[in-house]
Amino acid sequence: MLNDLPDAPLLSVRDLTRYYGERIGCADVSFDLYEGEVLAVVGESGSGKSTLLSLLATELEASAGSIRYRMRDGIACDLATLTEAERRLLLRTDWGFVRQDSTQGLRMSVSAGGNIGERLMAVGARHYGNIRGTSLDWLGRVEIDRGRIDDIPKAFSGGMRQRLQIARNLVTHPRLVFMDEPTSGLDVSVQARLLDLIRGLVSELGLAVIIVTHDLSVARLLSHRIMVMKGGRVIEAGLTDRVLDDPHQPYTQLLVSSVLAA
Amino acid sequence: MQPLVQLDGVSKAFTLHLHEGVRLDVVSDVNFSAAPGECIVLGGPSGAGKSSLLKIVYGNYSCDAGHIWIRDGGEKIDVATAEPRRILAMRRHIMGYVSQFLRVIPRVGALEIVAAAGREGGLDSQVAQDRAQEYLSLLNVPERLWTLPPATFSGGEQQRVNIARGLIADRPVLLLDEPTASLDARNRAVVVDLIERKKKAGVAIIGIFHDEDVRDKVATHVVDVTHFAAKTA
Repeated sequence: MLNDLPDAPLLSVRDLTRYYGERIGCADVSFDLYEGEVLAVVGESGSGKSTLLSLLATELEASAGSIRYRMRDGIACDLATLTEAERRLLLRTDWGFVRQDSTQGLRMSVSAGGNIGERLMAVGARHYGNIRGTSLDWLGRVEIDRGRIDDIPKAFSGGMRQRLQIARNLVTHPRLVFMDEPTSGLDVSVQARLLDLIRGLVSELGLAVIIVTHDLSVARLLSHRIMVMKGGRVIEAGLTDRVLDDPHQPYTQLLVSSVLAA
Repeated sequence: MQPLVQLDGVSKAFTLHLHEGVRLDVVSDVNFSAAPGECIVLGGPSGAGKSSLLKIVYGNYSCDAGHIWIRDGGEKIDVATAEPRRILAMRRHIMGYVSQFLRVIPRVGALEIVAAAGREGGLDSQVAQDRAQEYLSLLNVPERLWTLPPATFSGGEQQRVNIARGLIADRPVLLLDEPTASLDARNRAVVVDLIERKKKAGVAIIGIFHDEDVRDKVATHVVDVTHFAAKTA
C-alpha cells in the first residue's frame, strides 16, 4: 500500500550555505521534499529561516551547497545552472511565492482579476474571456466576492490581499509553493479562515509547500514535517507532531514550552 | 499468526533541558506483539508509561532504542527509523489512533468530520458517508447535532464523535488510548461491540482501558507495563 509514495524528491537540498561577509546567514542545510509534502521552517527572527527561503527561491545566491529541482519532464536540475530566463519561467509557472507583505506579492495598482490573469498569461493564456473566467473561478475558491474582480488590492483588507496572493500563485497549478509568514499580522479570526483555506487547497491540489513561520500552531496545523533553525543551522527536524510533542533539543523545548496551550 | 505490530527492545526517556537536564526514564526493553484479531491491553498504574508506549508505536514520540515493526503487506517497517512521509502514509493506511480527546478543525460539522476521516483512511466517499451515519447513530449522537461543529457539544458527545472518527476506516492496526473514559455504561457497551467487530475483522489492537468491565470483555492479553519500568542506574 505504501508504494504510492513517489521515489524521487521534488526538491533536493544539500549543504546549502550563505554567508553575509563573515556572518552566517544559514549553513549546511540539507533536506529532500516530496510532492504533497508541507515542510515548516520555524525559528525566531535571525535564525536564518528567511535566508533559507530566499536561497531556495533562487532570489539569493548560495555561498556553497546545491539545490536540485525535478522539472516537469522528470529530470532533476541543479538550479544554479539555470539561465535567468529559465529561472524566471520557473518562478512564474511551476512555483508560487506567498509573501508576508502583500505589497511585495501583488501588483497593487492592477485589478484583482489582473493579478490572477497575469500569471495565467505567463503560461501562455491569451483568450481574454477564458482568463477572466478562470480568475473569477479562483476568486470564488479563495472566498473573495466575485464582484470585486475589477477592484485593486489597495482597496482590500489584509486577509483578502493574502487570499488574492494565494489565488494569483495557485492559478498556474504550481508544484512547489513558498510561503513566508502568510498569516502573521492578521486578526486571529481572519488568520484561522486563511489557514483553513490554505490547508484545504494544499491537500486538494497535492502541493509541495515550504512555509516559514515563527508560529508553532501554524506549523502544527499545516505541516507534515518541521525543521527548527537556530543561528543559521537546522538543529532539529522530523515529523511535525513528533518534534512538537517530543522535542529533543534544548532550544526546541524552550520554543514549545513558550507557547500558550490552546 | 504473524504479528502486525511487534515491539523489540523499545526504550524511552525524556531529558528535560529546561529543568537542569533532568532525565525521566519512561520504559526500558519493551517486548510484546499484537497479531490479527488480538487486543493487547496495556495495564499498570497511571505514570507507568502506557500512553507513552502507544505514542511511540504511532511515531508521535521517538524511541531511544529498539524497533517497532509494523507489517504492511509483505513488508515490515520500523517506526523508530522510518522517514516522516512513510509514517504519515502508515497512519493513513495501516494504523489508527484514538484518544479520549477530539482535536479537529473548527467549523466542520460532526458527520463531515467522521466521513472525512473515513475517506482519509481509504473508504469510498459513499461508504464513508453511510458508515459515518451508522456509527454516530450507534454511539447515540443525536441526529440534530450531526451538521453542527462538535466544539459546542458536551464532553461525552465529543468523545463519541471522536470514537466514530477513529474507528470508521478499515485500518489493520488500532491504538486506543482510553477511548471509553467517562462514557456511560450504554455507550461503553457500544464501544465494546465495535472493538469486537474490529477483532473479528482481523484488526490488531493495542489499548488502554481503565474501566475493568471493558478491559475484561475486550482483552485477549494484558501486558503489565510496570515490568518495563526503567531500571534506575
